[in-house]
Amino acid sequence: MAHDVTTRVPAPASTGAGTRAAKQRPRRRRGGNWAAWAFLAPIVIYLLAFYAYPLYRNLDLSLRHYTVRSFVRGDAPFSGLDNYRAVFADPTFGPALLHTLVFTFVSIAFQFAIGLALAVFFTQSFRLSATLRALFLVPWLLPLIVSASTWTWMLNSDSGIVNAALGIVNIDAVNWLTSPDWALTSVIVANVWIGIPFNLVVLYSGLQAIPAEVHEAAAIDGASGWQRFWRVTFPLLRPVSAITLLLGLVYTLKVFDLIWIMTKGGPAGASSTFATWSYQLSFGSLLPEFGPGAAVGNLLIIMALFFGLLYIRIQRRTP
Amino acid sequence: MTVHAGRHPTTVGGRGSVRRHAKTGLGLFFTAIMLFPVYWMINVSFTKDTNMRSDPPHLFPLDGTLEGYRAVLDQQLPYLGTSLIVGLGTVALTLVLSAPAGYALAKLRPKGGGVLSFVLLIAQMIPGVIMAMGFYAIYLRLGVLNTVPGLILADSTIAVPFGVLIFTAFMSGIPDELIHAAMIDGASRWRTFVSVILPVSRNAIVTVSLFAFLWAWSDFVFATTLDGGGDAQPITLGIYHYIGNNNQQWNAIMATAVIASIPATLLLILAQRYVAAGVTAGAVKD
Repeated sequence: MAHDVTTRVPAPASTGAGTRAAKQRPRRRRGGNWAAWAFLAPIVIYLLAFYAYPLYRNLDLSLRHYTVRSFVRGDAPFSGLDNYRAVFADPTFGPALLHTLVFTFVSIAFQFAIGLALAVFFTQSFRLSATLRALFLVPWLLPLIVSASTWTWMLNSDSGIVNAALGIVNIDAVNWLTSPDWALTSVIVANVWIGIPFNLVVLYSGLQAIPAEVHEAAAIDGASGWQRFWRVTFPLLRPVSAITLLLGLVYTLKVFDLIWIMTKGGPAGASSTFATWSYQLSFGSLLPEFGPGAAVGNLLIIMALFFGLLYIRIQRRTP
Repeated sequence: MTVHAGRHPTTVGGRGSVRRHAKTGLGLFFTAIMLFPVYWMINVSFTKDTNMRSDPPHLFPLDGTLEGYRAVLDQQLPYLGTSLIVGLGTVALTLVLSAPAGYALAKLRPKGGGVLSFVLLIAQMIPGVIMAMGFYAIYLRLGVLNTVPGLILADSTIAVPFGVLIFTAFMSGIPDELIHAAMIDGASRWRTFVSVILPVSRNAIVTVSLFAFLWAWSDFVFATTLDGGGDAQPITLGIYHYIGNNNQQWNAIMATAVIASIPATLLLILAQRYVAAGVTAGAVKD
């Protein structure tokens, strides 16, 4: 979900009055430990109760054989890795994994490329530059249900503006959301649209951090604009790019709302990812399968954490 | 592609100004494409039912109607009210939890603080759908499904780790002298936090509040799993039910969507710099 994509560590200059001072770490004051943990107690309790415990419950769900009755009563028998085995053997597994990967990587590739091109474009000075850049944030700020329902109507087979536009250039109407061939493409298009602002804003601030002298030196040496970008700007932007891409991965892997609202993972599972499959199993039918649903969810967590830890590693190493 | 052309004040008049106008034009063009779906949402919200399925679609709401908005007023106000309460509740809870934690991590620097920061980073990466499942199992047992406080608690998990990270980053920029001075005057740590640290952390408070509100307002995952059958449901579910039930009334659906976008729009107009700061927070080290 490119939507709640915000996170991580040090604030940019604009939030902090004097982030520079942060670099000088103050000595720890004596007796401060107890006081500090008193301040931290609420958050620790909170993390245990509302992060650790739900995750534990989820793990527990995935290791037991649940029915609706035992779910309510909480006396489901322990079944080991049965749910995981069932999930791996499920015919939905292969396609869902493939869709998850395609959805994630294709979304990221387009978001990043378009975001970067726009970021470079906006570093030039022209009238309205700042205002237009701010307007680009709109898709990212809208509630996902708003974006998803707008795209649903735009992509409607009979009355959507997209098919009407295609009709003008004599392309036959496409059943964007109702044809198994196009459903995944459709949700990717909408997701790219939502993710561009994040990539734009982060890459833009990365570009701003590159000293102007570097470009001036390259320009004096006779490098063309295109060369300056690929030989100077792009390499210098690599750390920021890596971070943007990895965060994008973590947040795109967990996209659920958008796909669920637009296609419910359908038709016939054509756009189902791990996130929607997991939800589908647990909540999407009259006969919930909480065990397998939780198992799929835990697999998704593992995937997200893999990229997440990679992100943290790279971020820490960045000077 | 002159990346930093803007830093050279050499383009005066003549060709330079033509090129700059061309760039403004290009910028407007890109923005128009990007915002087309937003325009389309507004356009459809004013379109009459009878014109909804016309081919080609009406590009401008010339022959418009307010039916959609009337439907919102008739049917969606309770949903909007719930979202407002959930949003404000989430903001309050997030601030209460994350501001003291940020202060401790930034200024009191206890042993183990680094581990806690790491855990918070990881916490942000857990997919909401999975958290929702765990919450569902717990809430069902506790009997707090379909309650507003339950939803506030769940929604706060989206914002609390972010809040702590923002507060930590911001507060470590506050000069230690300020804290020492307060301590010398005999203020306790709590007193120092409340009457010295918090007032100068206004920017961080605003940033965290804005995002906490926006995320809670936009939340669909927790709403649909934890509050799908309640009396007090948020606006995201209002729209979702609309899509599910009366597939035909797209002007009402889009009108609701327009109304649901108001907080995001206000935020962008009134607090733009906080938004950009929140997006980039930490993704880029300065």
